Amino acid sequence: MAMVRMPWGLPRDASAHGVALDQHLILNLWIAFSLAVLAHMILLIGILLRRPAAEASERRRLLIEYLPLAALTLLFGFLAMRAERLWEETRYTGASPAALQVEATGMQFAWYFRYPGVDGTFGRTSAERVDPGAANPVGVDPADPHGADDMVSSELVLPEGREVDLRLIAQDVIHGFAVPEMRLKQNAVPGQTIHVHFTPTDAGTYAILCTQLCGLGHYRMQANLRVLTEAGYQDWLRKRQR
Amino acid sequence: MPAIFTPTDTDRKRPHADDGDHGSGRRPPYDDGLKRTGGGGDNDNDNWNDRPAGRRGPREKLERYRLGLFFALAGDLMFFVAIISTFFVTKSSGHFDAYDRYINEWLPTAIPRILWLNTAVLFLSSVTVEMARRRMFHQFDVMEEWFGLGKPTAKRAMPWVIATIVLGIAFLLGQTVAWRQLAQEHVFLKSNPSSHFFYLITYTHAIHLLVGIAGLAMALVGLFASKQIENRQILVDCAAWYWHSMGFLWLFLFVLLAYFQ
Amino acid sequence: MMGTPQSGATVRPRKIRWLFSTDHHVIGLQYLALACVAVTVGVGLSLFMRLHLIAPDFVVPGHGPILPEDYLALVTLHGTLMLFFVLTTAPQSGFGNLILPAQIGSRRMAFPGLNAAGFWTTALALVVLLGSTFVQGGAAISGWTAYPPLSAIAAAGPGQGLGMDLWLGSIALFAVGTGIASVNTLTTVIRFRCEGMTWERLPLTVWAWFTAALLSLIAFSVLLAALVLLFLDRHAATGFFVPQGDVLSSVVRAAAVHGNGSPLLWLHLFWFFGHPEVYIAILPGMGLTSMLLANFSRRRVYAYQMMIATTLLIGGLGILVWGHHMFVAGLNPFVGTAFSISTMAIALPSAAKVLSWLATTWRSRPHFATPMLFSLGFVSFFVVGGLSGPILAQPILDQYLHNTFFVVAHFHLIMAMAGVFGLFAGVYYYFPLIAGRYLSEGLGRVHFWGTLGGAYATFLPMHMTGLAGEPRHYAQLTGIPNAAARLLAQTLPLQRHISYAAFFLAASQLPFVWNVIRSARWGDLAQPNPWNATTLEWHPALAPFAEEGSSSDEQIVAYCSPCAYDPGAGWAGFTPQWQEIPASNVKRE
Repeated sequence: MAMVRMPWGLPRDASAHGVALDQHLILNLWIAFSLAVLAHMILLIGILLRRPAAEASERRRLLIEYLPLAALTLLFGFLAMRAERLWEETRYTGASPAALQVEATGMQFAWYFRYPGVDGTFGRTSAERVDPGAANPVGVDPADPHGADDMVSSELVLPEGREVDLRLIAQDVIHGFAVPEMRLKQNAVPGQTIHVHFTPTDAGTYAILCTQLCGLGHYRMQANLRVLTEAGYQDWLRKRQR
Repeated sequence: MPAIFTPTDTDRKRPHADDGDHGSGRRPPYDDGLKRTGGGGDNDNDNWNDRPAGRRGPREKLERYRLGLFFALAGDLMFFVAIISTFFVTKSSGHFDAYDRYINEWLPTAIPRILWLNTAVLFLSSVTVEMARRRMFHQFDVMEEWFGLGKPTAKRAMPWVIATIVLGIAFLLGQTVAWRQLAQEHVFLKSNPSSHFFYLITYTHAIHLLVGIAGLAMALVGLFASKQIENRQILVDCAAWYWHSMGFLWLFLFVLLAYFQ
Repeated sequence: MMGTPQSGATVRPRKIRWLFSTDHHVIGLQYLALACVAVTVGVGLSLFMRLHLIAPDFVVPGHGPILPEDYLALVTLHGTLMLFFVLTTAPQSGFGNLILPAQIGSRRMAFPGLNAAGFWTTALALVVLLGSTFVQGGAAISGWTAYPPLSAIAAAGPGQGLGMDLWLGSIALFAVGTGIASVNTLTTVIRFRCEGMTWERLPLTVWAWFTAALLSLIAFSVLLAALVLLFLDRHAATGFFVPQGDVLSSVVRAAAVHGNGSPLLWLHLFWFFGHPEVYIAILPGMGLTSMLLANFSRRRVYAYQMMIATTLLIGGLGILVWGHHMFVAGLNPFVGTAFSISTMAIALPSAAKVLSWLATTWRSRPHFATPMLFSLGFVSFFVVGGLSGPILAQPILDQYLHNTFFVVAHFHLIMAMAGVFGLFAGVYYYFPLIAGRYLSEGLGRVHFWGTLGGAYATFLPMHMTGLAGEPRHYAQLTGIPNAAARLLAQTLPLQRHISYAAFFLAASQLPFVWNVIRSARWGDLAQPNPWNATTLEWHPALAPFAEEGSSSDEQIVAYCSPCAYDPGAGWAGFTPQWQEIPASNVKRE
């Protein structure tokens, strides 16, 4: 796979669903590339060749028009169905109940990640309490007991091989949450909570980019995604919760 | 080689008449008979659309302006379609608050009673403007006017146009009363999603009616000033169709505001 | 207005009023001039963007370094200028006014006064947009799509105050102007076709203008409604697009508003306009390409009726696909699937058009005049740019490619470059008709090859940086912390190449500018119908700006379909639509 991937400049895939996505993408690219070359060859040969003696017969004319069209219909239909299958797998259903819960909050111009802590439940938040200066960037309500063990981090740390249920939230304007290596992109929209789920498979440090124009600091709205081994993750969690 | 062609030689010999020209077989349209040619029979091809522009019968210029108006109104309709679809989207959407309760803040705006009266007034104005429009196409009067024997159609249509303008202004005054009543109950544009739409819809409709009143006023001036019966007909006709559409649209909007909040 | 010509009058030059004229030729040229101003500014802005990406420290004389907000203002102005003031005005209103009436055998548009009003509204819109650069905070920075809440809250960024208000005002004016122009076009096509000009005999360009006008009427009205709502959100404290509890810079924005707004609502309304808009931009180019390929191949347009059908079908489907801009915007995934299928479906009428173009030129030994070269270039860009469309139409792939340079490459090739090539083909083709002189073929070739090469060198590598995951709208690719630094740094060499190619592409337009200036005065005098065309705009009695003579009241009749070329007879074998066919040659059906 790596050999095939290189020419297109796709970054390394580090997610479980990425393999099928890459295959489908590369298939698409090859098809598009071949069709473009084919069309150009027909165009070039057509304008350079001599004039035919007679005009094409009515039956051949129909063939010229409808046969390629039928073939393209089948081709695009096949691609659409295949893509739909993949989309269905990743998006139609939510994460499994055992998935790791993390909340990602986008604001001008930073990402914050909240872990629910040992009780496995996120505490209440309210807009009025949002105050990054007072170490409460997502506005956790101290009155809620669930919130006491919530942990907020500026980097997303995940264990390898475990499904993540990511809750995407935006405080101010629309942001885009994208990790190229996870083959994942989803906008965070103010007023909405959007769930996406994925499973990181390779340990490493990856870039989380904002992919929706969100203001003058858009280009520097980044965070790191660190994928650790399960043991490393537990270690990190312990250290952070102390 | 092309297989179909349209050879009509007799027609080509006649001088080209652009619209706005007088005489040469043109006469203004009137209510009876849609396709009078004024001395036709010179052509076995009865399809007016195949004739050159300017010679497609007495209704040509009128129908061009009507068509233009209808296209403009179709665009305008899309404007209201967009607003009405946002109305339903906003009405049915809510959010979860901090305590995970689903909140829908839509509080239906009770429409002031006077809107019923306004609707009746607007309906009446549609009737009056239709009277004006029909007066402009009365065959006997039109022919008389075309022969230069006074301005009977203008004279008969004028009171109806004036009545429509008065009723239109009455409707707008009624709307301001409604806005004032709502304001007294402290319902403003910004109060609630529902009130956003109440004011948005009534304001935009009122602006459209102001344009309509301007159109009717122009028609009135035209009835006085325009030298050609055809132009007077177009002015009144277009103003009337615009007015009808706004009246019809208001019925929809009124039902929407009264029953679908 | 055309006066009624007096018979027997001596030939005299017609008096032409250039300012505030209601003559559709003059208005057409005015629209083209407006587009020229917009395209010059738009290209200039894009060059500053490309320059800034590879040389972030570059100091613009008289301005200083390009700050992030300046970069985003450049992005916004570039997109707005190109989309609205170039790709909408020039093909649809510019060439539409210049050529459309003559092609249907009419001497005028339906509503000359309205036509002029439409132009001046559009011109005012351009002035307002360009003026927004000079107000406090500068021009808007939220892109041509103006997603709220960024565009709804003045504090969301510099330029989102008065600059954004002016942007809204400008686009509202533009929408009104385009609406007026559409009403005029539609009525003209329906009412002013000459004798014998049946719907089947309309040139494909007219079908394209007609379809695009229908789309404009629908799309711009919806945009206008959206603009009104956004304006109210900004100034009347309503909550259409701003959700409850929106916190910006630790200040709760929407607490006072009892609103329940959703930014997605704007996305729906905007893209309901936005997607038809790109078809408005490209349809006239498609129509012109069809006609020119046939003209220079001396063939009928292959499957003419099918081309009419696909034009309408592309227009119709174009209204149903807006959701493919929103696959990852927070839509329900099921909705994504539905929009994916409707978008894939639009590839088929587009493919049918390409097949017709290929079949029209196939083994035809065409004449490689400059307009033909640009038409062939159009086909090339349409194919290459179009084929990445179905890729982006698959939500699962869009999940990776959305808002990367891949998308930038896609729409620049198919809409910007193909659209511009349609315009260039039109200019080279119609210059003899308008100016009475030929453009230089030699300079035209230099211009063509430079632009073709420059465009591919600029936009093909963008596919690569997009596949590498690089997002668009980034003001800077260096000096960025975290793991993103590595990702962005590895594309820098390619970005450098893209910038150089973009400079080359811009420089390639200089021969064209010189060609137009030179040829308008010193070019070779043109024959009456230099391309041996069959459509009515080349009818001697319909020549624009011609001297007023006895022939100008000649009645125009269309006797046959366009593209009646006789391939056996070479360049000279053709039957123009205005030529009466000898009775002996007529086959009745």
